[in-house]
Amino acid sequence: MSNKILTKKALIPGQTSMLVIDCPQIAKKAKPGNFVILRIHEKGERVPLTIADTDHEAGTITIVYLVVGKSSALLETLNEGDIILDVCGPLGKPTHIEKSGTVICVGGGTGIAAMHHIAKGHHRAGNHVVAIVGARSKDLLLFCTELDCFCPELLIATDDGSSGHKGFVTDVLRERLEKDKNVSEVVAIGPVPMMEAVSKVTKPFGVKTTVSLNSIMVDGVGMCGACRCNIGGETKFACVDGPEFDGHKVDFNELRMRLAQYKEQENVSMDLFRRDHG
Amino acid sequence: MVNKQNFTPTRTPMPEQPANVRNKNFSEVALGYSKEEAMAEAARCLQCKKPLCQKGCPVEIDIKEFIKHLADGDIPSAYRTIKETNALPAVCGRVCPQENQCEGSCILGKKYEPVAIGRLERFVADTFDSDSACEMITGHTACSLPNEQFKVACIGSGPSSLTVSGYLAARGVPVTVYEALHEVGGVLIYGIPEFRLPKSIVAREVGALWSKGVTFMPNYVGGKTLTVQDLFDDGFDAVFIGVGAGLPWFLNIPGENLVGVYSSNEYLTRINLGRAYDFPKFDTPAPKARNVAVIGGGNVAMDAARTALRLGADNVYITYRRTKEEMPARLEELHHAIEEGVQLELLTSPIEINGDENSHVKSMTLQVMELGEPDDSGRRRPVPVKGKTKELEVDMVILAVGTGANPVLLEATPGLDLNKWGYIVTDAETGETSIPNVYAGGDIAGGSATVISAMGAGRRAAKTIADKLGV
Repeated sequence: MSNKILTKKALIPGQTSMLVIDCPQIAKKAKPGNFVILRIHEKGERVPLTIADTDHEAGTITIVYLVVGKSSALLETLNEGDIILDVCGPLGKPTHIEKSGTVICVGGGTGIAAMHHIAKGHHRAGNHVVAIVGARSKDLLLFCTELDCFCPELLIATDDGSSGHKGFVTDVLRERLEKDKNVSEVVAIGPVPMMEAVSKVTKPFGVKTTVSLNSIMVDGVGMCGACRCNIGGETKFACVDGPEFDGHKVDFNELRMRLAQYKEQENVSMDLFRRDHG
Repeated sequence: MVNKQNFTPTRTPMPEQPANVRNKNFSEVALGYSKEEAMAEAARCLQCKKPLCQKGCPVEIDIKEFIKHLADGDIPSAYRTIKETNALPAVCGRVCPQENQCEGSCILGKKYEPVAIGRLERFVADTFDSDSACEMITGHTACSLPNEQFKVACIGSGPSSLTVSGYLAARGVPVTVYEALHEVGGVLIYGIPEFRLPKSIVAREVGALWSKGVTFMPNYVGGKTLTVQDLFDDGFDAVFIGVGAGLPWFLNIPGENLVGVYSSNEYLTRINLGRAYDFPKFDTPAPKARNVAVIGGGNVAMDAARTALRLGADNVYITYRRTKEEMPARLEELHHAIEEGVQLELLTSPIEINGDENSHVKSMTLQVMELGEPDDSGRRRPVPVKGKTKELEVDMVILAVGTGANPVLLEATPGLDLNKWGYIVTDAETGETSIPNVYAGGDIAGGSATVISAMGAGRRAAKTIADKLGV
């Protein structure tokens, strides 16, 4: 297990990067929907990141991250040839993929990367994949070229209208669902408000909706319950029971509250990092 | 026959950090005997013809023999004797519930205080200065040469797997240990806090095993990164499953997902494995609180409560539904916790956790209990006092109400027989599971128990494997 960074690519400079990491043992087993837990240095914390792609033959996995705090900022300081101390996975249940017809995959922010892996899985299973991606503006869109390769429909929404529809992904999704009554599933991955909004849009259409929850994790193997969430009144562990759940059953409010619980410490950590790294 | 010359009714006290000092640091509480103190305590042993203490020890250490050597000041012989059956004496001497095991059976204890066997075992393990890894693992200077024709895998790196690796490595069998977390040692690392078991003790044992040909592979999740079948495909002769019982139980009461409610596993993993007590030097954030309630009465509850005190909480309560007498925790741990300032809320059972407008814990509603008739286990059953509840103002709740079998590996292992509680069924004699050449031991084969019983199970399986391989 080398965990060596083979390729690093800035997708949105200073904000979002993509790493291709040499992890043959994980690449061999990884499926769309799985994630890994990384620890970057000796004093590091364990952070979950979705596997955005795998190359079974090359023995690599791809991850995409947004620089939001200390650990992702630290990850951003690494370069090609550097080693990530710990990479653990593949974790979580893989996405349930079967040939079902038309599947709409909605992605927002770095979530587009994870969505891309799942969309690819649906495409390989023979589904007609509609990709809907959204960002604030054109420069912040990810994976459009890759998605374009296998998605017969790639629909874009930007807040400022610099590309595609001016507005939210949910507008595009609603319109698409209105004209096609045969959509078998909607998959949404991105920020919590976006996944919640997508679930609200699909509800009246009665379309099966899958969301991938990004709750706080520690071990990622089901031994602590830090990632627990409320799914239709039942407590589930996102790391082993998910991370994908029925969007119509998720208590998004609770998820939001639990995600914010370390705000204060996260700021302390980030301030120290800025002080030390300029 | 009482050795009158050396006989003293009370045991030699062990120095420890004063309670008001230690409740602010994570250094070890009990400081250990000096050689003089250890020899004086060893001299209290009556050297019984038929020693009951040995029967009380789950791995049947020849206690009488090692104490005799120690009384003579011969530490190497004492160490060798212990190592005949116990792989991790420095650990066991610290964390075993001796009062229910060896010391509970000591004949002196019938009238006076039993011999402090645990403290003596700890002294010998801490003091013996081994020349080689082989000597540290076995107590002997020579071990079998590595025999590359065999290979055995362990899944999980807790006490049971460490025992399996030590036993087989001493016989020349190369062992590979796969661990899901990034650090080796299982509950010894993520669960038991530094102030009871310094991590350096575990690191020393693991280091000796490395130098004897045991390979540790962290970040390998059994059932995810690899399966049991993968290991056989890879040419392993036998697989030992020692993945523990790491699935935390919750109570399913309202408010359990509020911010500030933790499983003891999460709380302790953050602090111990993540070194969150040293945040922000270490990146894992430590949960902060002024008033903490820990639910449960076992050793894990004590560990969590004492940890919360050390992290600066003003009030730490242990809420338990029975009384002090029924608590499953070691007496010593309970005693230490109270000395350090932990408060007991006995005969109470939580029925609801209440939150503020930010979904943060602000209080807990407790049902007041009383003791009724004895149940199947002989303990008096707690019964609710109708209509009587009380409110405890807390901003953190830690649930230490037990753990179950984690299904991640089990679900990925077809053909593995489980009992009705989800634990792996093993042959009592051999430790073998329903799959040939797959063995299991420790908590995953019996439910939450002790470090020493996990080691006993590891030893049993390792013996069977060694016999089958003919080493």
